Amino acid sequence: MKATLASFQDAFVDALYGQAPHDSRVAALVGQPGFAVYRNTVFQGSVDALEANFPAVLRLVGEDWFRATAAEYVALSPPTEARLLHYGRNFPDFLAAFEPARPLPYLPSVARLDYLWVEAHVAPDAGHITVADLLGWPPQLLERATLRVHPSARWHWFANEPAYTIWRANREGVDVPDDLVWEGEGALLLRPLSNVVWQPLSIGACALLDACAGECDLESAAKRALECEPDMNLSECISMLLTVGAIAEIAMHDTTP
Amino acid sequence: MASPCHTNIALGAGLGLKPQHYEDAYAVVGDGTWFEVHPENYLVDGGPRLTWLEAIRARHPLSLHGVSLSLAADRDPDVVHLQRLKALIERVEPALVSEHLAWSAWGDHYHPDLLPFPRTQDALVRVAANISRSQDTLGRRIAIENPTHYLTIEGHDWSEGDFLREIVRRTGCGLLVDVNNVFVSAHNLSIDPVAYLNAIPSDAVMEIHLAGHSVDTNGALLIDSHDAAIADGVWRLYQCLIDRIGPCPTLIERDGKVPAFDVLLHERQRAQSLLDHGVSMEAMA
Repeated sequence: MKATLASFQDAFVDALYGQAPHDSRVAALVGQPGFAVYRNTVFQGSVDALEANFPAVLRLVGEDWFRATAAEYVALSPPTEARLLHYGRNFPDFLAAFEPARPLPYLPSVARLDYLWVEAHVAPDAGHITVADLLGWPPQLLERATLRVHPSARWHWFANEPAYTIWRANREGVDVPDDLVWEGEGALLLRPLSNVVWQPLSIGACALLDACAGECDLESAAKRALECEPDMNLSECISMLLTVGAIAEIAMHDTTP
Repeated sequence: MASPCHTNIALGAGLGLKPQHYEDAYAVVGDGTWFEVHPENYLVDGGPRLTWLEAIRARHPLSLHGVSLSLAADRDPDVVHLQRLKALIERVEPALVSEHLAWSAWGDHYHPDLLPFPRTQDALVRVAANISRSQDTLGRRIAIENPTHYLTIEGHDWSEGDFLREIVRRTGCGLLVDVNNVFVSAHNLSIDPVAYLNAIPSDAVMEIHLAGHSVDTNGALLIDSHDAAIADGVWRLYQCLIDRIGPCPTLIERDGKVPAFDVLLHERQRAQSLLDHGVSMEAMA
């Protein structure tokens, strides 16, 4: 095989990840002390990025466990792009399937919340509307309008565990409360101004935002929310979403054929 | 052609910008201080990072120092990445844009390091093509940084000095001379750092980098770790370089064990004094 730049690079990457390099030029490098410098830098750069993106997971499991686990993830899923701010999108799924993480069944959900924070942090800047804006609309028009969710808003309903309370305590560096009730929880993360803020969210409110994000008009979004949470106070929920800045605008569907 | 060193002389000495120093950097008063960032950390749709960068840019010149264009990979630069970089350039209008003579993106993955390659004739053609394509897309000249070396690679057709000179000739790009990289590589590969620096074509130099390094745990290698004060030997090489090529925008890099902002300003002032001294010597000549 001709020794090309491409064949050198194929072999160098193989060697970085511990495979035999099929290029004699690279084979001659692996034994030099300097090769470990590249291997360490590549792995450390990726592990550092994960550590930065998953601070609540890090606090829960400790530095040693995190870095050992992250190294296994890096070997399986190296970064796919240079923006390491985005690295770890499927780290929660990895944790869900990772045998040593079994004793902490809520860990994947905590990781998911950390990643929602990342997404909210780098989302486009946008303004939001207020309750007064909504009140300016005639009710008949409003029920056929769509509430456009703020581009930084991220939410999720965790059916199996109080993931939000656990995540929040670790994100804020405090103890998980003693009176923790083991039940499903939802969370809303949002960047209405400069910084990402978070709050709990009911299952109905999560369903409402899901429907809005899916382009449902307000009437059908409300219906879906009430199906999930029959006794929810819908107007209070919408008012809360507007007050925290979760709604960017009210959009009217074009009804012309 | 006017030397780029002279067109950018107002830049003086600058500092790498770390998020923990945003407020300090914003508050620095004039005197030619400028800041450099890795654009990869700002290729986002919105949020506080971009807000800070724009606020600091409104008060100080800025340099974008890329780590991921992967110009020495045997493939075209990533079009999406180049377009994002171009958008950031249009947004913050940096005084300088630079990249490395290295590769990091290969296959479907990005390997966060500046990886080495044999400087063959094929590599020269490929690197020159990638630089030209990048400059065409970005609509501006970029400076290419000499890498740090840890490995003795067989099969080079070109010395690094000649390789750099040739890509400058073929593409019109500039050079970013990282004096710490020269110091560290000279130690690791047993080459003469002064001879290396003397081979750098002075007209092409757009920027100089200074940084600290550390000793590998085995004690055999120096590591370009950017986690310490600039070593005396690096300061001496820097003095040699600016004695030969004249004053040039100079950046202090610190990425690990980042000290208080004042400590970095103090290092910056040392570089600025050497630059000012160079100017006065030149003026007297």
